[in-house]
Amino acid sequence: MSESLKNVQEDIIEEFSMLEGDMEMIINYIIEIGDQMDPLDENARTEDNIVKGCQSKVWMSAQIADGKIQFQADSNTAVTKGLVSILVRVLSNQTPEAILNEDIFFPEKIGMNRFIGTQRSNGFGSMIKQMKIYALAFSAKKTSNA
Amino acid sequence: MNNTIATLNIEAIREEFPVLSQQVNGKPLVYFDNAATSQKPKSVINALTHYYENDNSNIHRGIHTLAERATADYEDTRALTQRFINAGEKEEIIFTKGTTDGINLVSQAYGRKFLNAGDEIIISEMEHHSNIVPWQLLCGQTGAVLKIAPIDDQGDIIIEEFEGLLTEKTKIVSIVYISNTLGTINPVKHLTSLAHKAGAIMMVDAAQVTPHEKIDVKDLNCDFLVFSGHKMYGPTGVGVLYGKRSLLEKMDPYQGGGEMINDVTFEKTTYNDIPYKFEAGTPNIADVIALKEAILFIQNIGHDNIQAHENDLLKYGTEQLSKLDGFIPVGTAKQKASVISFNIEGIHPFDIGMLLDAKGIAVRTGHHCTQPLMNRLQIEGTVRASFAVYNTMAEIDRLKEGLEDIIKKFR
Repeated sequence: MSESLKNVQEDIIEEFSMLEGDMEMIINYIIEIGDQMDPLDENARTEDNIVKGCQSKVWMSAQIADGKIQFQADSNTAVTKGLVSILVRVLSNQTPEAILNEDIFFPEKIGMNRFIGTQRSNGFGSMIKQMKIYALAFSAKKTSNA
Repeated sequence: MNNTIATLNIEAIREEFPVLSQQVNGKPLVYFDNAATSQKPKSVINALTHYYENDNSNIHRGIHTLAERATADYEDTRALTQRFINAGEKEEIIFTKGTTDGINLVSQAYGRKFLNAGDEIIISEMEHHSNIVPWQLLCGQTGAVLKIAPIDDQGDIIIEEFEGLLTEKTKIVSIVYISNTLGTINPVKHLTSLAHKAGAIMMVDAAQVTPHEKIDVKDLNCDFLVFSGHKMYGPTGVGVLYGKRSLLEKMDPYQGGGEMINDVTFEKTTYNDIPYKFEAGTPNIADVIALKEAILFIQNIGHDNIQAHENDLLKYGTEQLSKLDGFIPVGTAKQKASVISFNIEGIHPFDIGMLLDAKGIAVRTGHHCTQPLMNRLQIEGTVRASFAVYNTMAEIDRLKEGLEDIIKKFR
């Protein structure tokens, strides 16, 4: 059984709390975790997979297996790649229902707004929205197949 | 670190800017985003609070003491602005919201009246969106055609190509004096004479010029010139449109309302004289009054001194940053203002901007509102460090060290 959405978020809050609000450490940490993310399939880097509303380019794709969604993503900038990798970690291995219904509380708890700024927070919001759209699509497909 | 300016006491100048003494992300702020907006000296900030605390009232028609004081101060700024850019008369100075507002005013109040289908407007490849989009709107409204003067790889307008675009159909030429992205100082006096020879009027976007260089509109002989207060140590929300009287008088008003009228009946309205014809409604009184202090701040230091210091910063900054691994300068024009636009091989400008901010260093990253220029140069964006009179060589050292540290992480 995969970790609950709540638990993954709490892990992330814990990790960020160790950075003690030091902006340089936070940004470097975000870049580092982005580096460790599984690379996006080359043929998923299409215009269709670009997340709209982000200042940097973000590509995202998703598959469902055993009722759980797996997200893959990439970005042309290291910081954004790190940010999207956090979301991939939080929302992958979850059911569409969990993604649609559960609270995404970690951005506020780690003070995301403070270190990525209002404009980029909007981009971050667009990524979450896109992931929920995937969840909705998979959930609708499941219902129609049932 | 070297200090070549003996006459300027930069530390004393910095004392005038309260914002500069703060820590950002635990480090002393280095503010290198001056081409976006400059910081404000105490005299400007105090003028704003003084106005609201003592003189606040509506101008021009009030007969009471406060209205009289506010009107006198507002008109004082106009007279000072006239001398600041050497305009022939103060009625040729129109207060706007900023550079963008000034360009839109001319494009609508002049362009819509005098341009017809097939007429041509020339801009350059290095224009800010604010000197592109208003003309595109005008072309849509009139059927006029927008022509683009190309630049070379260094970031200079190719004069022969510019000349080649000028024909009897050319009605307006609108060119940036100093490029916000490249720092190129364009030969606007020469371009103006070429435009005039073709029978076109010349508009100059001087948004980046006023804090750095003396402007003399009589010498340039341009027909219109626009700039913003906030880039020259003044408040946001106020700008200036200079226009030759003969042109301003034959233009229609830009907006209708109070202040800009002479006599109103439901049948017919007659308009006020210039400059009021173009200042409809209650203007931005406080910011106009504070703009005077920004001009005085520049004049007290002197454009020559400011320019000498900024040229030193530009020279030192270019030398130092050129030593960085993978440094790619963007914009190496023959005549440059104190702007260094660059890329670092293999690192996105956005990442550099975020990491510099974490080190307390404010730069601009992205396309700088010049997307067509980015397309011409085939780049996504740049990192831009732009200097003002209060910047120091030590701050450039901080930028260089910061960049070295970032480059190390990415290699």
